[in-house]
Amino acid sequence: MRVRRLAAWAALPLAVTLGLTACGSGGGGGGASDPDAAVRIEIAEPQHLVPTNTNETSGSQVLSALFSPLVDYDEANKPHEVAAESVTSSDNKVWTIKLKPGFTFHNGEKVTADNYLDAWNYGAYAPNGQNSSYFFEKIAGYEDLQGEKPKAETLNGLKKVDDLTFTVTLTEPYVDFRTMLGYTAFYPLPKAAFSAPGVLAEGYEQAPIGQGPFRMKGSWQHDAKVEVEKYDAFPGQQPKVGGVEFRIYQQPTAAYADVLADNLDVIKTIPTENLSTAATDLGDRFQQSPASSLQVLAFPTFQKEYSKPEVRKAISMAIDRDEITKSIFKDSQQPARSFVSPVVAGYRENTIGAAGAFDPVKAKAMYEAAGGPKKIELSYNGDGGHKDWIDATCNQLKANLGVECVGTAEPKFADLLTKLKQKQSVGLFRMGWVMDYPSMENYLGPLYSTNGSSNYYGYSNPEFDKLLAEGARAASADEAVKKYQAAEDLLAEDLPVIPLRYGQNNFGHSTKVKNVHVDLFDRVDLLKIERA
Amino acid sequence: MLRFILRRLLQMVLAFFGTTLIVYALMFAGQGDPIQALAGERPVTAAQRAYLTEKYHLDATGVGGFFYRYANYLGGLLRGDLGQSLTGRQIGDILAAAWPVTVKLALIAMAVTILVGVTAGVIAGIRRAGVFDHATLVLTLLVLGIPTIVLAPLAQYFLGVRWPIFPPTAGAQPSFWALLLPGIVLGSLSLATALRLTRTSVSENLRADYVRTARSKGLVRRRIVGVHVLRNSLIPVVTFLGVELGNLMSGAIITEGVFNIPGVGFNLFRGIRTEDGPLVVGIVSVLVVVYLLSNLVVDVLYAVLDPRIRYE
Repeated sequence: MRVRRLAAWAALPLAVTLGLTACGSGGGGGGASDPDAAVRIEIAEPQHLVPTNTNETSGSQVLSALFSPLVDYDEANKPHEVAAESVTSSDNKVWTIKLKPGFTFHNGEKVTADNYLDAWNYGAYAPNGQNSSYFFEKIAGYEDLQGEKPKAETLNGLKKVDDLTFTVTLTEPYVDFRTMLGYTAFYPLPKAAFSAPGVLAEGYEQAPIGQGPFRMKGSWQHDAKVEVEKYDAFPGQQPKVGGVEFRIYQQPTAAYADVLADNLDVIKTIPTENLSTAATDLGDRFQQSPASSLQVLAFPTFQKEYSKPEVRKAISMAIDRDEITKSIFKDSQQPARSFVSPVVAGYRENTIGAAGAFDPVKAKAMYEAAGGPKKIELSYNGDGGHKDWIDATCNQLKANLGVECVGTAEPKFADLLTKLKQKQSVGLFRMGWVMDYPSMENYLGPLYSTNGSSNYYGYSNPEFDKLLAEGARAASADEAVKKYQAAEDLLAEDLPVIPLRYGQNNFGHSTKVKNVHVDLFDRVDLLKIERA
Repeated sequence: MLRFILRRLLQMVLAFFGTTLIVYALMFAGQGDPIQALAGERPVTAAQRAYLTEKYHLDATGVGGFFYRYANYLGGLLRGDLGQSLTGRQIGDILAAAWPVTVKLALIAMAVTILVGVTAGVIAGIRRAGVFDHATLVLTLLVLGIPTIVLAPLAQYFLGVRWPIFPPTAGAQPSFWALLLPGIVLGSLSLATALRLTRTSVSENLRADYVRTARSKGLVRRRIVGVHVLRNSLIPVVTFLGVELGNLMSGAIITEGVFNIPGVGFNLFRGIRTEDGPLVVGIVSVLVVVYLLSNLVVDVLYAVLDPRIRYE
């Protein structure tokens, strides 16, 4: 008797399990070669799906399907109009944006100038706490929207001219404003997105309505997927696939295994641990394309030991970039010797000159003459996989400069930044930069100008600030580049950071898709991808 | 028995509040800059910082701030509101989505443990020092020696990619088949332990006096093993399994990550990584309840298995 009861208990969990799992839809499976079937692309869980609140790659990948930007970038990374008919200005201060007619939101609403003004005003208004709010800071009236109780609710630099035209007045002339408009923050929002003027409707984010080539299929299934399907009324270039399933992964290694098994179509970033075998695993389905990121080692120039440019140059000369790129990164990144990435107009090779040439003998002599510190500390965030190259760099400094060197891991990048803000001694520290829009200014302004948002080095050079401001005011993009290049030359003299490596997209795809391109923003080009 | 259960339930309420207080305090103390952690390596604008600070009372620091925030949290909890995670999602929604899949996974793991582990343990115990016994010994040592972080990707690579028997990842609404491989991986560790425990227990009981008595009474072997030995041998195994159920749920961090299952472990990992205090405390609170309940079930099962144990 008792035995039977026991057996029943043992069987209970099994029965429950079978029952529970039987409820789960067994579906899935690989859809046959249906050209209209969706392609499956890996993303991480987006933080937000509101254009002005999205500044990470997963969210902007999804939004790039749902929205069509005012301008996009061509092969040479120069802007061209997409949803805009024209973006013009005679003085770089007052810009006139004309919209192409015929665009509609996925709920049928016609796209008008108001949709842009509403979205941008919402994004710039500080109490809304939007992540990309700072993109609007160049527009006149931005200051009035800041603080806990802002003076105004709308940007006075935005004016509607007619249904398809509006003007944007900037506080200062800015030559790259047209380029900026390609960023996610500048998408429009439909009337349906707001429950009251300036108040985003509850639930809009769960199923965003855009004016792009794809529309939402169902709503955002957190931690699982976001599905979109082709929007037939889209007046621009139509995509070649019927839809996209953005599948959410927490770990890239899981996505990589799925691509190998043809269970997922595109992985945008092959995990480092799989890079060495990716070429054999995937063959020509393993691809590389330029990315915009730049990795540097930065100096706390406010500290006495590192205040002399000679010390900084000597350290740079003692590092063998090529060796580290090859042995640690398996050529998944490229050695860098300039402050801007090769992907932007105005890039010049090797702007740091002699400081970028590996020369241990000269480096040691220079280091000793300038009285560099006996002990060098390299700080990095331990959660980002930086230990290997930091250790390799340390070993090179030890061997080539005859100094002591230690790598110090902070748990998170945030901890490192907190210490830097408090001007605590962390030694040299690693920094990375990913551009917002393709312009030299984006690599220089935020990082090295005296009040730059990411200037953690305490670097300040009035001449540099002046050149940057002149560049922004320049009459044409070409003239601006000249000023920016002059500013970069100043940086090369002072060397507040050592440029080390340019990033690269290392992506792979399954046998079921072709024409896969990953752009500078780490996004799959959804208009080009096709089913094989 | 009923009074015992009631008393235990009351104790559980105390234990629950005690543990949440401790977890909340730990999370509070260990917090660096959650706003920056959320943003990763991107700069955070002043407006954004001010907005989040106000929304989550992040400016309330020190001992006073801690009790202010804990009281706030408890107040919400008593109203059935777990609060919002730092990304703005309702924690209740996150948990509601995460639990079912984790429970399924844990139950599969548990079923594998019981079916394979206990059965093999009994056989090994009866045929002690035989071929089967030695084979399982080597196998369990092997499994115990390989950590999940190695075992899971290996299983995924060989059984998912190289020989595609199982799908390599399970996803959010997995079929039973897709969950089986992660379930086996998750259950393998407790399987090995359960097997060793059962084997020792069975082989010990086989030499006990009551078995000799039963044998001399002329009972058939099947009845001796099935009724007398098995029942007495299962007491330590049930204790182990009860605790293990909680472990399986919280210990799924690695397995869920490798097989891309957005369950409890998956969310706990993300919460810890992004210093999302409210989310971590929310998940841990529910885990505490799972532990408390499974311990209660184990205690009740004792009484069923062993007539000498009675609760007043």
